[in-house]
Amino acid sequence: MANQLTNIDRRNFLRLTGITGAGLVLGLSAHADGAATVENLAAAGESFELTPYVVIEKSGQITIFNTKPEIGQGTFQSIPALIAEELEVSLDKVVIQHTGGEKKFGGAQFSGGSASVRTSYTSLRKVGASAREMLITAAATQWNVPVSECYASDAKVFHKPSGKSLGYGELAEAAAKVEVPKEPRLKDPKDFTILGKSTPRPDVPLKVNGTAQFGIDVSVPGMVYASIERCPVLGSKLVSYDDSAAKKVKGVVAVEKCERIHGVYRSEGVAVIAETYWAALQGRKALKVTWDHQGNDKFNSKTYEQSLRDASKQEGAVEHSQGDFDKTFAEAPVKLEAFYETPIVSHSPIEPMNCVASWKDGSLEIWTSTQVPGRIMDEFTKTYDVAPEKLKIHVMFNGGGFGRRLYPDYVHEAVQLTKKIGRPVKSIWTREDDTRMGPFRPMTFSAMKGALSADGKAIAFQHKVISPTLDMRKDYDKTKADRTMTEGISEQKYEIANMKNLYVHHYLHLPLAAWRAVTSTTLAFSHECFIDEMAVKAKKDPMAFRLGMLTKESDTKNVLNKLKEVSNWDKPLPAGWGRGVAQYEFFAGLGGFVVEVSKKGTGIKIEKVYAVIDLGTVVNPDTVEAQVQGAAVMALTAAVKSGITFENGQTVQSNYHNNQLVRINEMPKVEVHILANGGPRIKGVGEPGLPPFAPALCNAIYAATGKRIRRLPFDINKIV
Amino acid sequence: MIKLTINNQTYEVDASPEMPLLWAIRDMVGLTGTKFGCGMAQCGACTVHVDGNPVRSCSFPVSAAVGKKITTIEGLSERIGEAVKKAWIELQVPQCGYCQSGQIMSATALLKTKPKPTDADIDAAMQGNLCRCGTYQRIRSAIHRASELIQS
Ligand code: FES
Ligand code: FES
Repeated sequence: MANQLTNIDRRNFLRLTGITGAGLVLGLSAHADGAATVENLAAAGESFELTPYVVIEKSGQITIFNTKPEIGQGTFQSIPALIAEELEVSLDKVVIQHTGGEKKFGGAQFSGGSASVRTSYTSLRKVGASAREMLITAAATQWNVPVSECYASDAKVFHKPSGKSLGYGELAEAAAKVEVPKEPRLKDPKDFTILGKSTPRPDVPLKVNGTAQFGIDVSVPGMVYASIERCPVLGSKLVSYDDSAAKKVKGVVAVEKCERIHGVYRSEGVAVIAETYWAALQGRKALKVTWDHQGNDKFNSKTYEQSLRDASKQEGAVEHSQGDFDKTFAEAPVKLEAFYETPIVSHSPIEPMNCVASWKDGSLEIWTSTQVPGRIMDEFTKTYDVAPEKLKIHVMFNGGGFGRRLYPDYVHEAVQLTKKIGRPVKSIWTREDDTRMGPFRPMTFSAMKGALSADGKAIAFQHKVISPTLDMRKDYDKTKADRTMTEGISEQKYEIANMKNLYVHHYLHLPLAAWRAVTSTTLAFSHECFIDEMAVKAKKDPMAFRLGMLTKESDTKNVLNKLKEVSNWDKPLPAGWGRGVAQYEFFAGLGGFVVEVSKKGTGIKIEKVYAVIDLGTVVNPDTVEAQVQGAAVMALTAAVKSGITFENGQTVQSNYHNNQLVRINEMPKVEVHILANGGPRIKGVGEPGLPPFAPALCNAIYAATGKRIRRLPFDINKIV
Repeated sequence: MIKLTINNQTYEVDASPEMPLLWAIRDMVGLTGTKFGCGMAQCGACTVHVDGNPVRSCSFPVSAAVGKKITTIEGLSERIGEAVKKAWIELQVPQCGYCQSGQIMSATALLKTKPKPTDADIDAAMQGNLCRCGTYQRIRSAIHRASELIQS
């Protein structure tokens, strides 16, 4: 990565951020962080001029810019911490500011792909270390003493022999004139006071006393509220509407069309705009809208699922091939096949989609909860023909992201409405809008084949994925495997000599989206349950069977060994209990679970959950624990609750009463273990705790009951 | 005009009587700590206290709140509420934080009636509060911790 530290053009930068009295402004001249992104949001590889990250003002105030929106994953702490650690300042002495897509802050202004910490770890530490060295040099020069006699601590530089000190604010101006060190010396991890420690997150107190500002909490003078009627049959066209009754509702000020823009998926809606949100909702109820369903009112989940099963007969595009799968499978003494199915699910963050937008004299201002300020800057300057310096994006705390807020469709609507009526507009989706309209995580179906040698060794393996794709173009090239939809299936470390993984694309007209841990959330289920089926067929213990395929050293092997240890895998369980294991490695990282269940009436009870996440390097263990526990809950919801289904083109589910989430009484105890043994690769935190949960659970259910679950969701209270 | 007493202050709001209390609190009074999540008493994000009892303000007409004492997260200040907030910070409960005002209001109401709640009491009292981030394990621990803080 060609990161170069730069003491940037301060005048330009200050104009940009509105900070006055700045002394030292340090940034990176960097390529975009080069992160693996969920859907290429950040045009990786594109180089950006400058990425300023830290500003030290003469007053002593230190501002650290955070390009990774806080969605609950802890970047409001973990990202500034990288700089603060090296700068020798504690986070409670620092102002943390979210960036708003400004070009100066580079191409990686987004939260997604569990990429924030793993892609910033070294580069941001270098920023902090450079600032520290420049401040020390400035102090040594002023005192006329050797640099080696000075050190930094608690936002001050000290002269060891004399004990005198100067604050960073006092040094900032002089430090700004010091040459930026080429290779700043990074702290030895054993001297860390923040990194690797469970440090309190600065956003937590705000989220406990109600003062944290989420997008939905924003209010600007003259603002009106919008609620938008969209066709319940997804993929319909607006024909006409009658707003005469809506306009009679007290408080309604306007009724306007707007377009939802979600990649290739476009749909028009009718917005009722009113002085209060309540009035907008009443006005919306009074609208009469005529839609052309384009034939999509015939769409049903059951029929579509059958068409996926039919499509599985196609050969498909080769995603990965090694050895000779076809021959080995044909000649193998023992073989097995199985078909796995998963549902469409919703993101359902508790903060519904919303956006405040204000268009005034050719300038556009946006306040919203979003994961992608960088994308909004790129996309909206083009779509609405507004110069980058006339677009101001305020990134608010996100009331949940999970991938939903990678897509600014709800921002588009608000922007169009403010342009039309000339007043600031706050658009809020209802929970029903959120549940019915998507975008949704697509399902994947999997046709699995495996072969064993006579002595029970895995010799051939095939994972064929049949699914729609996040690339929703009708002219999708079926001859190519979509690697987003086959995520991880060829990345597992199991040493199986003959493998051929395939992909069959099947069109779906619905708006689709990445969901926390993307396609690994469904593929890990089929993959790791089928590995279990192979173990059973081979009459081997599922843990031993897996470890038997991992003769070489690998992180996966370490994860499984750790799981074996912390779960006391070899210790017998009470009668009626069972335990299951699963792991999954994919672009975001690597995690694994052992789940213990017991029979309870006709169903099962989850008794205990052990999680191991492999990070290489950890920044905040407490946050990691929380993320893995949360990922387990989200995975459990996706495994045992209804998911999203369609009848006559309409989403069957509408709100939390029929699109249920796991509640506190259903929450199993999750014990989290972190592997942080160094190594070159830093792995992600937010997502890897999700994919292996459902297969570990279903493998445990098999162990306890003999019932093999091959379709999600399933009713956990009706297993036997 | 409808007269409301929120956090010991009186407000007059120009709301239709059937409008949910939630929107009066958020959009008219301007206290945004109370959140909108579902609008049908399914998620608990909008939980406030009305005369000390936890109420889903999204499904509670503003007219029914007249003459009653409403407490929101911003006004949560007595001993039990403070203990809950303290425990919540100590255990770093929030992730995205959006559901947490409602969680804290429900937890405070629970501890008022049951200063030493069992896990079953917590299940019963907190089941109405969804957390999509999945902070439930910490919520449970933090309620037990708050209970300790109250005893001491
Ligand atoms: S918003 Fe009131 S319970 Fe969900
Ligand atoms: S902390 Fe995010 S919904 Fe509960």
